[in-house]
Parts: sequence; C-alpha cells; structure tokens
Amino acid sequence: MSLTAEQAKAKNQELIKEVLEVYPEKTAKKRAKHLGVYEADKPDCSVKSNIKSIPGVMTIRGCAYAGSKGVVWGPIKDMVHISHGPVGCGQYSWGSRRNYYVGTTGVDSFVTMQFTSDFQEKDIVFGGDKKLEKIMDEIQGLFPLNKGITVQSECPIGLIGDDIEAVSKKKSKEFGGKTIVPVRCEGFRGVSQSLGHHIANDTIRDWVFDKKGEPRAFEGTPYDVSIIGDYNIGGDAWASRILLEEMGLRVIAQWSGDGSIAELENTPKAKLNVLHCYRSMNYISRHMEEKYGIPWVEYNFFGPGKIEASLREIASHFDDKIKEGAEKVIAKYKPLMQAVIDKYKPRLEGKRVMLFVGGLRPRHVIGAYEDLGMEVVGTGYEFGHNDDYQRTTHYVKDGTLIYDDVTGYEFEKFVEKVQPDLVGSGIKEKYVFQKMGVPFRQMHSWDYSGPYHGYDGFAIFARDMDMAINNPVWGLTKAPWKK
Amino acid sequence: MSQSAEHILDHENLFREPEYLEMFESKKTNFEDPHPAEKVAEIRDWTKGWEYREKNFARESLTVNPAKACQPLGAVFAAVGFEGTLPFVHGSQGCVAYYRSHFSRHFKEPTSCVSSSMTEDAAVFGGLNNMIDGLANAYKLYKPKMIAVSTTCMAEVIGDDLNGFIQNAKAKGSVPEDFDVPYAHTPAFVGSHVTGYDNALRGIVTHFWEGKERAPNDKINFIGGFDGYTVGNMREVKRMFGLMGVDYTLLGDNSDAWDTPTDGEFRMYDGGTTLEDAKAALNAKATLSMQEFCTEKTLGYIKERGQETVALNHPVGVAGTDRFLMEVSRLTGKAIPAELEKERGRLLDAIADSSSHLHGKKFALYGDPDLTLGLAAFLLELGVEPVHVLATNGTKDWAEKMQALFDSSPFGKGCHAYAGRDLWHMRSLLFTEPVDFLIGNTYGKYLERDTGTPLIRVGFPIFDRHHHHRFPVWGYQGGLNLLVTLLDKVFDELDKNTNVAGKTDYSFDIIR
Repeated sequence: MSLTAEQAKAKNQELIKEVLEVYPEKTAKKRAKHLGVYEADKPDCSVKSNIKSIPGVMTIRGCAYAGSKGVVWGPIKDMVHISHGPVGCGQYSWGSRRNYYVGTTGVDSFVTMQFTSDFQEKDIVFGGDKKLEKIMDEIQGLFPLNKGITVQSECPIGLIGDDIEAVSKKKSKEFGGKTIVPVRCEGFRGVSQSLGHHIANDTIRDWVFDKKGEPRAFEGTPYDVSIIGDYNIGGDAWASRILLEEMGLRVIAQWSGDGSIAELENTPKAKLNVLHCYRSMNYISRHMEEKYGIPWVEYNFFGPGKIEASLREIASHFDDKIKEGAEKVIAKYKPLMQAVIDKYKPRLEGKRVMLFVGGLRPRHVIGAYEDLGMEVVGTGYEFGHNDDYQRTTHYVKDGTLIYDDVTGYEFEKFVEKVQPDLVGSGIKEKYVFQKMGVPFRQMHSWDYSGPYHGYDGFAIFARDMDMAINNPVWGLTKAPWKK
Repeated sequence: MSQSAEHILDHENLFREPEYLEMFESKKTNFEDPHPAEKVAEIRDWTKGWEYREKNFARESLTVNPAKACQPLGAVFAAVGFEGTLPFVHGSQGCVAYYRSHFSRHFKEPTSCVSSSMTEDAAVFGGLNNMIDGLANAYKLYKPKMIAVSTTCMAEVIGDDLNGFIQNAKAKGSVPEDFDVPYAHTPAFVGSHVTGYDNALRGIVTHFWEGKERAPNDKINFIGGFDGYTVGNMREVKRMFGLMGVDYTLLGDNSDAWDTPTDGEFRMYDGGTTLEDAKAALNAKATLSMQEFCTEKTLGYIKERGQETVALNHPVGVAGTDRFLMEVSRLTGKAIPAELEKERGRLLDAIADSSSHLHGKKFALYGDPDLTLGLAAFLLELGVEPVHVLATNGTKDWAEKMQALFDSSPFGKGCHAYAGRDLWHMRSLLFTEPVDFLIGNTYGKYLERDTGTPLIRVGFPIFDRHHHHRFPVWGYQGGLNLLVTLLDKVFDELDKNTNVAGKTDYSFDIIR
C-alpha cells in the first residue's frame, strides 16, 4: 500500500526516532545527523555524510584499500597490482568484484590473481622496501608481458615509514621506464572506500598522465569518448560500450573495467568523458577538464527511461550524425524494452524497494525500478558525499527514508518496520533479510548475474528482480501449522 | 541484437554473441596495444615448462595466489562459536567488512562482527577511545552475552594494549565490570587464519579459566578448529558422542550460528558453547582437538591447567575415524557402540565397491595443514597417490609430518609436501608433473582452467558451489560423503572423455 508523502514522512520520522532510542546518547546524537526523510524541493537529502563511522555499530563500509585496489586500479587488466602488506586484504578481495575482462590470465592479464608481499613480522620491524624491490624483480621475471605494476598499500605501510615512491621510481628506471605506481591507500586513511578512490584517481594523474617519456602514437577522431567509472561488473561496461559505438561514437578507453594501461594513457585525447560512477571517478574527470579541456557528462544506463535520456544527453555534445545515431539506437531497442516491460511489469507493479549500496547505485537504479512500476521507499549511501545526496534529489520521491552509512541495527529495524517487497544491498546484508523472509538482491555484484547496464542489461535486471520477489519460497517461510 | 524478453541471455552467453565478439576484437586491436598473439602463446607455453618451474620456485619475496588468510579471520571464526558472542575486531574497519563477506560467501549465512573503526587520528594517538566507544555501542545495540576482541594489523603495528584498553573501557562504564570481554592479539603478519583461531580460542579459555581452581570431573572437551565444514562436522560429532554416551563440552560450536533457518526471524546469535560450559570446561579430564596446527597454543594452556590433551590432524576416512573414536573411548572409558561399528563397515563396504576407480590415481592437494594431513591419509587409504601436497600456511613440522605419512604407505612413494608454497607454485607442479585430479578450494578453479586438471572442491573457502559445508567430512558418515565427492568427479571425467559419438563412444559405459 502506497502512503501519501505526508503519511510517509510522519511514519519515517517516527521510525528514525524509535531507532535512535536504543543508542547511547552520544552515539544517538551523531547518528541522528545521518538519518532523514527527503523533503521535496530541498537541495539535498538533509543528512550528513562522509564522516567517520562510529566504533562498534557494525558499519557496512570498507576501507581506502578497497576503494583503490578493489575498485579503481584492480580491474586494469594488463598491470600487476601488488597487495602490499599482510596476506589478508588481497585474499578477501581476490576475484570477488566480478570485473570481467578478456585476456590470458597469468600471461598478459592479471585481474583475478592475488599478488601479495605477504608481510611477516620482520618486514614490519625492518621495513618492506627491500622486499618490494625484490618482488618487482620477480614479477618482471615471471610475468614478462605485464605492462606495469601498482603498489596497493595496506595499513602497515604508512605506519612503518616505508618509501614506496622511491622504490617505484628506482624500479621504473631500471625497467626502462615501465609504469610503476605507488598508491597510498592504507585502510586507515579517510572514513571509507571513498578516499581510496580519490587517492587512486590522483595516482593516475601523477604517475600515468604526468609520466615522462614519449607519448604513444594516437590518431584521434571527432567522435572519441571514454567511459569513466564503469567497472564492468558482470559485463556492465560492455553492455554500455556497445550502445555508444552503435550511435557512432568511438570508445577509446574503459575506466577501469576491462581497461588497459594504453587506454588510460590515451584518455586525454578524448573529446568527451562519459562518467557513470561519479563518486569514484569525478576527481580524474575534473582534472582532465581542467588540464586537457575535456568536458565530462554524467549518464545513467540503468533502465530504458534513463538510458534514453542519457543517450540524448551524450549525443548533444556532438553533431547531427551522432544525434541521429542516438535516435536510431533508441528506436532499435524500443521493441525489446517494451517486451521486457510487458512481461515483468505486471508481476512487479507497485512493489516497494529499499536500497543501501555504494557509489552511484543508491540513486542510479531508481529509474530502472520505476520503469518496472516499482517504487523505491528508502535509500542510502555506504560512502557518499553531500554532492551524491544532492544528485539523489532528482531521483527520490517526497518522503523517502534516507540513511547514510547505515548500521546493521538500523537497517534491520528499518526493513522490519517498512516491510519492503525487496531489499537491494550487499553480501553482508543478503542473508539477514532473507532469514526475515524479505526478498533480496545483491546490488554490488548483481548477485553473480548481470550485466545490469544498457538495454541488454535491463532485460536481465527485470528478470532478476522478478525471480527474487516472486520466488515461491517466500510463501513458505512460516510453517503451516503455526498460522 | 541477441537479447530478447522470451529468452533472456545471461552474461555467459550474451557476451559470446557475434556483436560482442566483434566489439572485443576491435577494442583490443585499436585501443589496448596488445602483445602479438604469438608472443602471448609463446610465453604461455614457457610458463608450462621446467625452466619456468625452477624460476618460479626460486621466488623469495613475491607471493602469488596464496592458500591462506590472515589471523583475525580465524579469531572471528572462534568467537562465533560461543553463545551470544559478538566478535569485535580492534583496528581498521575495512578488515571487518572483508571477514564478514568472506564467511557469508562460504556459508551463505550472515556473519555479525563489529570493528572499532580506527582511522588516521587513532593511528597517531592510539585506539583507546575507539575501544571505549566501540564496546559501549556494541553492548547497547547488539545485546551480546560476550564480546570477543581481536586485532587487525593496524592496531598491532601501533602497539595498542588490549588488556589495558578493555580495563579502561570497563572503568568508563562501556560494559559492566563483570561482562565477559576475552581478547587476543592477532597480528596479520604472523602465521595465518589458523593461528588467529588458536590465539582467539586461547584468549577465551584463558579469560574463563585463569585464576580458577580446577576440580577435575569425567567430561571431555572437544575442539573442532577452523573448519569450512564446521556445520556438518559439529553435528556429526555430537551425534557420535551421543551414540557413545560421552559427557562432553564443545569448545566452540559454530554449527547453529552458521546454519540458521529462514523462518521470518533473523538470529544474530544462535547456539554456540554456553558461557557456563566454557567456564566449567576447566574441570574436564581431557581436551581433544581435531586440528593440531590450529590449536597448538590453546592446547598448551589447557595442558598447563592439568588436563590431558590429544591433538589429531583433521581425521577423515576409516583409519582416521578409528583413531578419533578410540581416543574418545580411551579418554572417557565409553565403548564404541555397535551402531558406529556398523557405520564403519558401511564405509568400508562403499570403498570396496568403488576403489577400483580410485586405485593408483594421482592427486594433487592443497589446503590448511591439518586438512591436508587428514585428506592425504584418506587418499592413501583409497590407494590414491597424493603426489603434490601443498600448504601455504604449512610449517617445517607440517612437512615432516606429511613425509612421515607418505613413508607409511606404498602409495606415498614419490609424493612430496610443499610447505609455504602458493598456488602459482602448484600451477608449475601440475604442468611439469601432471596428476589426474586436484583437491582444493574455490581458487583451484583457476588451476583447473590453466592446467586442465579436474578440481574436486574440498576446503575453505568454497564460494562457487553451494551447501557442501552442511554435510560432514568427519566420522564414517563424513568419509562416505568425501568418497562420493571424489567418485562423482572421477565418473564425470570418465564420461566427459568418452562421450563423442562415433569417436570415443566405445567406453561410454552405462554401468561403471
């Protein structure tokens, strides 16, 4: 049953109050700033964000290393990314983000491998720089086709005073100018993954763009664009690229899903950067705008409504040929989209969704749900900033429940009280809600499905939401004799 | 356009459609600056040879695809085994997100655990305030009966004093003075997840036992160790103990916490060793651990407190289970009942029925030290040759023990134990000295793809097959489960190799 906006607001405010009552006073005061109800026409969602998580509350957030190695750098396929420090960080992030790529793993591609310096006590005591040098030698010897190396710092590196920059410079010189990138993404830096994205962006600026030496030969065209902030989870970037190419554009780089160092290097030659995940790659997009004069445009490839608007928006930066191309693409896929909606909308109409995800998804996927007649009644960001919450206002309805850096406790209570038909969040949350009998889809990994981007992806998205919500198992959670 | 609403193509098929293949080719040729295909083929072939193997084994600093995780993961595992216990990891918060994800991906269950969320200021000033606030919040929000504290490497590098911090937090009223907050230092740069399990369990036992007088009784304690099959195994152990009439305490029982029902209620805590039982376990006459390398320090402490200790190496199969039951019988004076004897006979019966399909096969095997010892012993029992056995977190002691095991059987001749090596070493072994089958965790699928060695999934983590952790590998029943797992793969491979009509169809038998 849909509530009116005023009813929803009152109910949600009451709910927030109730949830906060359980916290110690000091914590309640802090958490209160992160919970809110969206009021139409406000410039943001009236919540504070990008602030340190509170100890002991079970935040869902990760760390800067996860933001750099796990998100930005890890998918660059022809470089070796060293998880520098103890074994765990690299182990837990090994292959789990589904950044699809094409290549010969272990020979010319390395994404689904775990390279680690596996720090031991002596490395902590005496420093790890010597070991890092040796590691780079061994990488060169055993993986001669690698196109570069990055050093993804884990917590101890910044605490023991290692000079990974010096090692990287020295080894780069020794290896004939090979790109070697030291990344200071120690997990204790910042408040979430977010600073890791920023630090990783900056290292691409400093160690790839500003690298000395002959620039690679590159013949540009007026239609060159780069896809920025698509990690090709389940093939998302591919399902996006195909549309851009179909409308007549030439995609010269993918950042960073299925990406290569050559593509990174070529990006300053693009005519337009198209940015999907604003949160994780706005930094480098702004830099390229300032330094190389490349405009950037945010787009949204979730669901036909937003895809259509985005294709036109992107095309508006080009000539009539591209604009016509965009219209052709829209027309071409219209029957498919109509067929998908005809099939699934009747099964999903009116269903209520709560989201809690990272990056762009807490807002970007809302349109796709709406294309299927569904309603997002609560949303929040794991590591968003205020500019994310500003952008969210274009997507959410008056009265939507907003929760920033939600805690395990809050999320459980919110879902218990709001009783949505579907929760979209991560692996740590999945089984909590399924136990409660609430259908769930992982919205980081697409629950091992995908792609969800583009027209091809929307068909899969619609099917997946249907199979979650209309799974017969949810009708069986109560034993019949207990009714 | 290949996608359609009637037949929705998933990623594994969608991207094989011509429009995508063409796109991949054009992306590669025009923008990736790829190495020539011949060069890639040449290097790939080179990595398969002996020269590369020697270069690979000469590695001193680089680790590639290790089969181990870090200490706090094991500490969280240990904590989850106790009634109403919330694991609390002091240090950076990202680590906790990783442990929770890792366990949830394996067990398909929620894993509750909190972090003290230390950031840069804590790196400078220490994490005392994070401990004070963290304990207070966790206690208030999640109403645990116990909070078990361990550490990430960040807290270890800056040298936070857990005991002092916890005392301080109690003095500040974060949790009541008498609230149980056992702790363990679990530096990620020492040992592996099995070390962390050991340290955390010792921390819990010490917390309850230290300074207490021991009044010996006739009970025994049982420790399972870090075990991917803990759900099935613990239940099987309880069943066997029940049949024997053993009076026992499980020190750490994760079987309910990681196997909660879907019935409309989320249970943050379920089952586990009660705190009363954990306290009273001091009085047991003996403690038996299923995993020696996982419980070295814990057993050391228990021995100090006057109990007899017995350490096995993840016993599986007939002789392994015999030894386990005989030890239990010896410690408790309870006879092994006819029911279990019958189960033993049934396992033997199954082995006798099927061993011709396993006898003489060559296997490679990797995993935790105790698991590999247990599995290798089972393989030898089946007449299988465990040619390469590798444990990234194996020590010299482990390798010696494995060698002794090889030496005890004619099928162990020429077999080799590789301590401290990783899965990139295993890759070279599989290329240069090929075997028929590989046993390992999910990450072994990369080895299967590269080398063509069929992978039999046994170990932790298993992310890409579901629910096997619900079935035991311990006991005669567990042995039967393992036997079937091995046989299924052997038969599947045999069918796969004989299923081309008109070419290899003559061995495509209906009866095997």
